[in-house]
Amino acid sequence: MTLRDFIDKLLGRQPASAGMARQRLQLVLAHDRSDLNPELLEQMRREILEVVSRYVEIDLEEGDVSLETEDRVTALVANLPIKRARPKPLPPGGDPSMATI
Amino acid sequence: MSGKPVTSTQSRAILICSGKGGVGKTTLTANLGVALAKQGARTAVLDADFGLRNLDLLLGLENRIVYTAQEVLSGSCRLEQALVKHKQEPNLSLLPAGNPRMLEWLTPEDMKKITDLLAEQFDYVLIDCPAGIEDGFKNAAAACREALVVTTPEVSAVRDADRVIGLLQTRGIEPIQLVLNRVRPRMMANQEMLSVSDVTDILALPLLGLVLEDEQVIVSTNRGEPLTLNGSRSPAGQAYTNVARRLRGEEVPLADPSKEGQGLRAKLGRLMHTKIF
Repeated sequence: MTLRDFIDKLLGRQPASAGMARQRLQLVLAHDRSDLNPELLEQMRREILEVVSRYVEIDLEEGDVSLETEDRVTALVANLPIKRARPKPLPPGGDPSMATI
Repeated sequence: MSGKPVTSTQSRAILICSGKGGVGKTTLTANLGVALAKQGARTAVLDADFGLRNLDLLLGLENRIVYTAQEVLSGSCRLEQALVKHKQEPNLSLLPAGNPRMLEWLTPEDMKKITDLLAEQFDYVLIDCPAGIEDGFKNAAAACREALVVTTPEVSAVRDADRVIGLLQTRGIEPIQLVLNRVRPRMMANQEMLSVSDVTDILALPLLGLVLEDEQVIVSTNRGEPLTLNGSRSPAGQAYTNVARRLRGEEVPLADPSKEGQGLRAKLGRLMHTKIF
Protein backbone atom coordinates (compact mmCIF):
# COMPACT_ATOMS: atom_id res chain seq x y z
CA MET A 1 0.00 0.00 0.00
CA THR A 2 1.30 3.42 -0.90
CA LEU A 3 0.82 6.66 1.02
CA ARG A 4 -1.65 7.72 -1.63
CA ASP A 5 -3.72 4.56 -1.19
CA PHE A 6 -3.67 5.09 2.56
CA ILE A 7 -4.91 8.68 2.33
CA ASP A 8 -7.55 7.63 -0.18
CA LYS A 9 -8.75 5.02 2.25
CA LEU A 10 -8.86 7.50 5.12
CA LEU A 11 -10.91 9.93 3.09
CA GLY A 12 -13.09 7.21 1.65
CA ARG A 13 -12.01 8.14 -1.89
CA GLN A 14 -11.74 5.78 -4.79
CA PRO A 15 -8.18 4.48 -5.11
CA ALA A 16 -6.09 5.67 -8.06
CA SER A 17 -7.15 3.83 -11.18
CA ALA A 18 -3.76 2.78 -12.54
CA GLY A 19 -3.53 -0.09 -10.05
CA MET A 20 -6.92 -1.34 -11.13
CA ALA A 21 -5.94 -1.08 -14.78
CA ARG A 22 -2.82 -3.15 -14.07
CA GLN A 23 -4.71 -5.86 -12.20
CA ARG A 24 -7.51 -6.11 -14.73
CA LEU A 25 -5.03 -6.27 -17.58
CA GLN A 26 -2.94 -8.96 -15.98
CA LEU A 27 -6.00 -11.11 -15.46
CA VAL A 28 -7.43 -10.65 -18.92
CA LEU A 29 -4.04 -11.20 -20.57
CA ALA A 30 -3.44 -14.39 -18.66
CA HIS A 31 -6.63 -15.71 -20.20
CA ASP A 32 -5.96 -14.25 -23.67
CA ARG A 33 -2.52 -15.79 -23.77
CA SER A 34 -3.47 -19.21 -22.47
CA ASP A 35 -6.39 -19.55 -24.86
CA LEU A 36 -8.20 -21.61 -22.23
CA ASN A 37 -11.89 -21.02 -22.09
CA PRO A 38 -13.43 -20.45 -18.66
CA GLU A 39 -15.29 -23.74 -18.80
CA LEU A 40 -12.11 -25.78 -19.34
CA LEU A 41 -10.33 -23.80 -16.66
CA GLU A 42 -13.13 -24.54 -14.22
CA GLN A 43 -13.03 -28.24 -15.06
CA MET A 44 -9.26 -28.29 -14.57
CA ARG A 45 -9.62 -26.48 -11.27
CA ARG A 46 -12.14 -29.03 -10.04
CA GLU A 47 -9.96 -31.98 -11.02
CA ILE A 48 -6.87 -30.48 -9.42
CA LEU A 49 -8.73 -29.92 -6.17
CA GLU A 50 -10.05 -33.45 -6.35
CA VAL A 51 -6.61 -35.01 -6.72
CA VAL A 52 -4.99 -32.85 -4.06
CA SER A 53 -7.75 -33.47 -1.54
CA ARG A 54 -7.23 -37.23 -1.81
CA TYR A 55 -3.90 -36.68 -0.07
CA VAL A 56 -4.53 -33.69 2.17
CA GLU A 57 -7.56 -31.93 3.51
CA ILE A 58 -7.63 -28.50 1.97
CA ASP A 59 -9.45 -25.36 2.90
CA LEU A 60 -11.91 -25.06 0.04
CA GLU A 61 -13.01 -21.57 1.06
CA GLU A 62 -9.50 -20.18 0.82
CA GLY A 63 -8.28 -22.33 -2.04
CA ASP A 64 -7.67 -20.69 -5.38
CA VAL A 65 -6.50 -21.92 -8.75
CA SER A 66 -5.85 -19.17 -11.26
CA LEU A 67 -3.79 -18.07 -14.20
CA GLU A 68 -1.09 -15.51 -13.64
CA THR A 69 1.16 -13.96 -16.15
CA GLU A 70 4.55 -12.37 -15.99
CA ASP A 71 7.08 -11.62 -18.71
CA ARG A 72 4.75 -13.10 -21.30
CA VAL A 73 4.81 -16.46 -19.52
CA THR A 74 1.50 -17.63 -18.18
CA ALA A 75 1.50 -19.84 -15.11
CA LEU A 76 -1.23 -21.86 -13.49
CA VAL A 77 -1.02 -20.96 -9.82
CA ALA A 78 -2.71 -23.08 -7.21
CA ASN A 79 -2.90 -21.71 -3.71
CA LEU A 80 -4.38 -24.44 -1.53
CA PRO A 81 -4.16 -24.00 2.25
CA ILE A 82 -3.76 -27.43 3.86
CA LYS A 83 -5.87 -28.13 6.93
CA ARG A 84 -4.28 -31.48 7.71
CA ALA A 85 -2.70 -34.40 5.95
CA ARG A 86 -4.75 -37.51 5.50
CA PRO A 87 -3.35 -40.56 7.30
CA LYS A 88 -4.04 -42.59 4.19
CA PRO A 89 -4.70 -41.26 0.68
CA LEU A 90 -8.28 -41.71 -0.42
CA PRO A 91 -8.99 -43.74 -3.57
CA PRO A 92 -9.84 -41.74 -6.70
CA GLY A 93 -13.23 -40.08 -6.35
CA GLY A 94 -13.25 -41.07 -2.68
CA ASP A 95 -13.83 -37.77 -0.91
CA PRO A 96 -17.54 -37.17 -0.39
CA SER A 97 -16.96 -33.47 0.41
CA MET A 98 -15.67 -32.90 -3.11
CA ALA A 99 -19.07 -33.59 -4.62
CA THR A 100 -20.16 -30.06 -3.78
CA ILE A 101 -17.29 -28.20 -5.42
CA MET B 1 12.29 -16.03 -42.55
CA SER B 2 13.74 -17.72 -45.57
CA GLY B 3 13.31 -17.14 -49.26
CA LYS B 4 14.03 -13.42 -49.17
CA PRO B 5 16.47 -12.22 -51.77
CA VAL B 6 19.58 -10.83 -50.19
CA THR B 7 19.87 -7.21 -51.21
CA SER B 8 23.18 -5.46 -51.59
CA THR B 9 22.37 -2.97 -48.86
CA GLN B 10 21.29 -4.07 -45.42
CA SER B 11 17.75 -2.90 -45.96
CA ARG B 12 15.39 -3.08 -43.01
CA ALA B 13 11.70 -3.75 -43.57
CA ILE B 14 9.86 -2.70 -40.43
CA LEU B 15 6.19 -3.27 -39.69
CA ILE B 16 4.45 -0.55 -37.68
CA CYS B 17 1.42 -2.07 -36.01
CA SER B 18 -0.77 -1.86 -32.92
CA GLY B 19 -3.83 -4.07 -33.13
CA LYS B 20 -6.12 -1.31 -31.90
CA GLY B 21 -6.91 1.57 -34.22
CA GLY B 22 -6.28 5.20 -33.45
CA VAL B 23 -3.24 4.76 -31.22
CA GLY B 24 -0.83 6.47 -33.62
CA LYS B 25 0.55 3.99 -36.17
CA THR B 26 0.25 6.29 -39.15
CA THR B 27 1.54 9.30 -37.23
CA LEU B 28 4.55 7.28 -36.12
CA THR B 29 5.17 5.99 -39.65
CA ALA B 30 5.05 9.51 -41.12
CA ASN B 31 7.23 11.10 -38.44
CA LEU B 32 9.70 8.25 -38.30
CA GLY B 33 9.96 8.16 -42.09
CA VAL B 34 10.74 11.87 -42.24
CA ALA B 35 13.19 11.67 -39.32
CA LEU B 36 15.09 8.72 -40.82
CA ALA B 37 15.28 10.50 -44.17
CA LYS B 38 16.55 13.67 -42.52
CA GLN B 39 19.23 11.61 -40.79
CA GLY B 40 20.44 10.55 -44.21
CA ALA B 41 18.82 7.14 -44.59
CA ARG B 42 17.04 6.36 -47.85
CA THR B 43 13.54 5.65 -46.58
CA ALA B 44 10.34 4.37 -48.13
CA VAL B 45 7.00 4.38 -46.36
CA LEU B 46 4.44 1.90 -47.61
CA ASP B 47 0.78 2.37 -46.79
CA ALA B 48 -0.51 -1.15 -46.19
CA ASP B 49 -3.85 0.11 -44.93
CA PHE B 50 -5.67 -0.33 -48.21
CA GLY B 51 -9.12 0.00 -46.68
CA LEU B 52 -8.55 3.32 -44.91
CA ARG B 53 -5.44 4.91 -46.27
CA ASN B 54 -4.18 8.06 -44.60
CA LEU B 55 -0.41 8.05 -44.74
CA ASP B 56 -0.47 10.23 -47.87
CA LEU B 57 -2.55 12.81 -45.99
CA LEU B 58 -0.26 12.99 -42.95
CA LEU B 59 2.74 13.45 -45.23
CA GLY B 60 0.98 16.13 -47.28
CA LEU B 61 1.38 14.07 -50.45
CA GLU B 62 -2.28 13.34 -51.17
CA ASN B 63 -2.37 15.55 -54.27
CA ARG B 64 0.68 14.06 -55.88
CA ILE B 65 -0.44 10.44 -56.20
CA VAL B 66 -0.63 9.14 -59.75
CA TYR B 67 -0.07 5.42 -59.42
CA THR B 68 -0.28 3.16 -56.36
CA ALA B 69 0.94 -0.22 -55.14
CA GLN B 70 -1.94 -1.70 -57.12
CA GLU B 71 -0.54 -0.62 -60.51
CA VAL B 72 2.94 -1.78 -59.49
CA LEU B 73 1.62 -5.23 -58.65
CA SER B 74 -0.47 -5.57 -61.79
CA GLY B 75 2.57 -4.54 -63.83
CA SER B 76 0.86 -1.51 -65.37
CA CYS B 77 3.56 0.81 -64.05
CA ARG B 78 7.09 0.66 -62.76
CA LEU B 79 7.86 1.11 -59.07
CA GLU B 80 9.59 4.44 -59.78
CA GLN B 81 6.42 5.80 -61.36
CA ALA B 82 4.30 5.01 -58.32
CA LEU B 83 6.74 6.27 -55.70
CA VAL B 84 5.94 9.80 -54.51
CA LYS B 85 9.09 11.60 -53.53
CA HIS B 86 8.77 14.12 -50.71
CA LYS B 87 9.65 17.59 -51.98
CA GLN B 88 11.40 18.89 -48.89
CA GLU B 89 12.96 15.58 -47.98
CA PRO B 90 14.10 13.80 -51.15
CA ASN B 91 15.41 10.82 -49.13
CA LEU B 92 11.79 9.95 -48.38
CA SER B 93 9.33 8.30 -50.75
CA LEU B 94 5.79 7.11 -50.28
CA LEU B 95 4.30 4.10 -51.99
CA PRO B 96 0.57 4.83 -51.74
CA ALA B 97 -2.06 2.23 -50.97
CA GLY B 98 -4.27 1.24 -53.87
CA ASN B 99 -7.99 0.97 -54.13
CA PRO B 100 -9.81 -0.70 -51.18
CA ARG B 101 -10.90 -3.43 -53.60
CA MET B 102 -7.30 -4.63 -53.57
CA LEU B 103 -8.20 -6.30 -50.29
CA GLU B 104 -10.16 -8.90 -52.23
CA TRP B 105 -7.17 -10.32 -54.02
CA LEU B 106 -4.05 -9.14 -52.22
CA THR B 107 -1.92 -11.96 -50.79
CA PRO B 108 1.02 -12.08 -48.38
CA GLU B 109 3.19 -12.87 -51.43
CA ASP B 110 2.12 -9.62 -53.08
CA MET B 111 3.17 -7.64 -50.03
CA LYS B 112 6.49 -9.47 -49.94
CA LYS B 113 7.04 -8.72 -53.59
CA ILE B 114 6.46 -4.99 -53.12
CA THR B 115 8.63 -4.84 -50.02
CA ASP B 116 11.46 -6.70 -51.70
CA LEU B 117 11.30 -4.26 -54.62
CA LEU B 118 11.53 -1.35 -52.22
CA ALA B 119 14.35 -3.02 -50.26
CA GLU B 120 16.53 -2.90 -53.37
CA GLN B 121 16.49 0.89 -53.33
CA PHE B 122 15.97 1.93 -49.72
CA ASP B 123 17.76 1.51 -46.41
CA TYR B 124 14.47 1.52 -44.52
CA VAL B 125 11.06 0.31 -45.60
CA LEU B 126 8.40 1.29 -43.07
CA ILE B 127 5.09 -0.48 -43.48
CA ASP B 128 2.04 1.21 -42.01
CA CYS B 129 -0.11 -1.73 -40.96
CA PRO B 130 -3.92 -1.58 -40.79
CA ALA B 131 -5.63 -1.98 -37.43
CA GLY B 132 -6.93 -5.40 -36.49
CA ILE B 133 -5.39 -8.85 -36.77
CA GLU B 134 -7.13 -10.03 -39.91
CA ASP B 135 -5.90 -10.36 -43.51
CA GLY B 136 -4.56 -6.82 -43.80
CA PHE B 137 -2.33 -7.38 -40.81
CA LYS B 138 -1.28 -10.86 -41.97
CA ASN B 139 -0.36 -9.58 -45.43
CA ALA B 140 1.72 -6.75 -44.01
CA ALA B 141 3.39 -8.96 -41.40
CA ALA B 142 4.47 -11.43 -44.08
CA ALA B 143 6.62 -8.73 -45.66
CA CYS B 144 8.63 -7.76 -42.59
CA ARG B 145 11.51 -9.03 -40.58
CA GLU B 146 11.15 -6.66 -37.65
CA ALA B 147 8.33 -4.73 -36.07
CA LEU B 148 7.47 -1.71 -33.97
CA VAL B 149 4.37 -2.08 -31.84
CA VAL B 150 2.65 1.19 -30.96
CA THR B 151 0.46 1.35 -27.91
CA THR B 152 -0.94 3.86 -25.44
CA PRO B 153 -1.15 3.46 -21.65
CA GLU B 154 -4.77 2.31 -21.80
CA VAL B 155 -6.13 -1.13 -21.04
CA SER B 156 -7.69 -1.74 -24.45
CA ALA B 157 -4.61 -0.63 -26.39
CA VAL B 158 -2.28 -2.72 -24.22
CA ARG B 159 -4.48 -5.77 -24.51
CA ASP B 160 -4.64 -5.50 -28.29
CA ALA B 161 -0.90 -4.90 -28.48
CA ASP B 162 -0.40 -8.09 -26.51
CA ARG B 163 -2.41 -10.07 -29.06
CA VAL B 164 -0.41 -8.60 -31.91
CA ILE B 165 2.91 -9.31 -30.18
CA GLY B 166 1.89 -12.95 -29.76
CA LEU B 167 1.09 -13.18 -33.48
CA LEU B 168 4.36 -11.50 -34.48
CA GLN B 169 6.35 -13.84 -32.28
CA THR B 170 4.77 -16.94 -33.77
CA ARG B 171 5.77 -15.58 -37.18
CA GLY B 172 9.37 -15.32 -36.04
CA ILE B 173 9.52 -11.55 -36.46
CA GLU B 174 12.48 -10.20 -34.51
CA PRO B 175 13.24 -7.75 -33.00
CA ILE B 176 9.87 -6.45 -31.87
CA GLN B 177 10.18 -3.12 -30.11
CA LEU B 178 7.66 -0.93 -28.34
CA VAL B 179 6.71 2.71 -28.82
CA LEU B 180 4.53 4.06 -26.03
CA ASN B 181 2.40 6.87 -27.38
CA ARG B 182 0.20 9.59 -25.89
CA VAL B 183 1.78 9.50 -22.47
CA ARG B 184 0.41 12.02 -19.96
CA PRO B 185 3.08 12.55 -17.29
CA ARG B 186 0.75 14.28 -14.86
CA MET B 187 -1.77 11.45 -14.94
CA MET B 188 1.05 8.96 -14.51
CA ALA B 189 2.40 10.90 -11.54
CA ASN B 190 -1.08 10.80 -10.01
CA GLN B 191 -1.32 7.07 -10.67
CA GLU B 192 -4.35 7.59 -12.85
CA MET B 193 -2.60 6.12 -15.90
CA LEU B 194 -0.64 2.91 -16.37
CA SER B 195 3.03 3.75 -15.83
CA VAL B 196 5.76 3.18 -18.39
CA SER B 197 7.08 0.22 -16.43
CA ASP B 198 3.55 -1.21 -16.06
CA VAL B 199 3.27 -1.36 -19.84
CA THR B 200 6.80 -2.61 -20.52
CA ASP B 201 6.50 -5.24 -17.77
CA ILE B 202 3.19 -6.51 -19.11
CA LEU B 203 4.22 -6.58 -22.77
CA ALA B 204 7.84 -7.59 -22.06
CA LEU B 205 9.27 -5.72 -25.02
CA PRO B 206 12.22 -3.34 -25.20
CA LEU B 207 11.03 0.26 -25.22
CA LEU B 208 12.22 2.12 -28.29
CA GLY B 209 10.41 5.36 -27.63
CA LEU B 210 8.10 7.33 -25.42
CA VAL B 211 5.90 10.00 -26.96
CA LEU B 212 4.06 12.50 -24.80
CA GLU B 213 0.50 13.56 -25.58
CA ASP B 214 1.05 16.69 -27.61
CA GLU B 215 -1.43 19.03 -29.29
CA GLN B 216 1.17 19.85 -31.91
CA VAL B 217 0.56 16.41 -33.43
CA ILE B 218 -2.93 17.51 -34.44
CA VAL B 219 -1.63 20.82 -35.78
CA SER B 220 0.97 19.00 -37.84
CA THR B 221 -1.56 16.59 -39.31
CA ASN B 222 -3.78 19.54 -40.21
CA ARG B 223 -0.92 20.93 -42.24
CA GLY B 224 0.31 17.65 -43.64
CA GLU B 225 3.78 18.35 -42.28
CA PRO B 226 5.07 15.78 -39.80
CA LEU B 227 6.61 17.32 -36.68
CA THR B 228 10.01 15.89 -37.51
CA LEU B 229 10.05 17.69 -40.87
CA ASN B 230 10.97 21.14 -39.63
CA GLY B 231 12.88 20.14 -36.54
CA SER B 232 9.98 20.93 -34.22
CA ARG B 233 11.03 21.34 -30.59
CA SER B 234 7.65 20.09 -29.44
CA PRO B 235 7.80 17.09 -27.07
CA ALA B 236 6.31 14.67 -29.60
CA GLY B 237 8.52 15.93 -32.42
CA GLN B 238 11.64 15.37 -30.36
CA ALA B 239 10.41 11.97 -29.25
CA TYR B 240 9.89 10.83 -32.85
CA THR B 241 13.33 12.05 -33.82
CA ASN B 242 14.77 10.07 -30.91
CA VAL B 243 12.89 6.94 -31.99
CA ALA B 244 14.58 7.26 -35.39
CA ARG B 245 18.00 7.71 -33.80
CA ARG B 246 17.55 4.66 -31.56
CA LEU B 247 16.30 2.63 -34.50
CA ARG B 248 19.57 3.44 -36.26
CA GLY B 249 21.51 2.14 -33.29
CA GLU B 250 22.32 5.39 -31.56
CA GLU B 251 22.15 5.43 -27.78
CA VAL B 252 19.63 8.03 -26.70
CA PRO B 253 18.55 7.84 -23.07
CA LEU B 254 14.86 7.38 -22.24
CA ALA B 255 13.42 9.28 -19.30
CA ASP B 256 10.53 8.02 -17.22
CA PRO B 257 8.07 10.93 -17.37
CA SER B 258 6.48 10.10 -14.03
CA LYS B 259 9.87 10.32 -12.31
CA GLU B 260 11.28 13.17 -14.28
CA GLY B 261 9.99 16.37 -12.71
CA GLN B 262 11.97 18.33 -10.19
CA GLY B 263 9.06 20.52 -9.10
CA LEU B 264 7.13 20.23 -5.86
CA ARG B 265 4.30 18.41 -7.61
CA ALA B 266 6.62 15.71 -8.89
CA LYS B 267 8.31 15.32 -5.51
CA LEU B 268 4.96 15.10 -3.78
CA GLY B 269 3.87 12.57 -6.39
CA ARG B 270 6.88 10.39 -5.65
CA LEU B 271 6.27 10.64 -1.90
CA MET B 272 2.67 9.55 -2.40
CA HIS B 273 3.79 6.40 -4.19
CA THR B 274 6.33 5.27 -1.68
CA LYS B 275 5.27 1.94 -0.31
CA ILE B 276 4.45 2.37 3.38
CA PHE B 277 3.34 -1.18 4.11
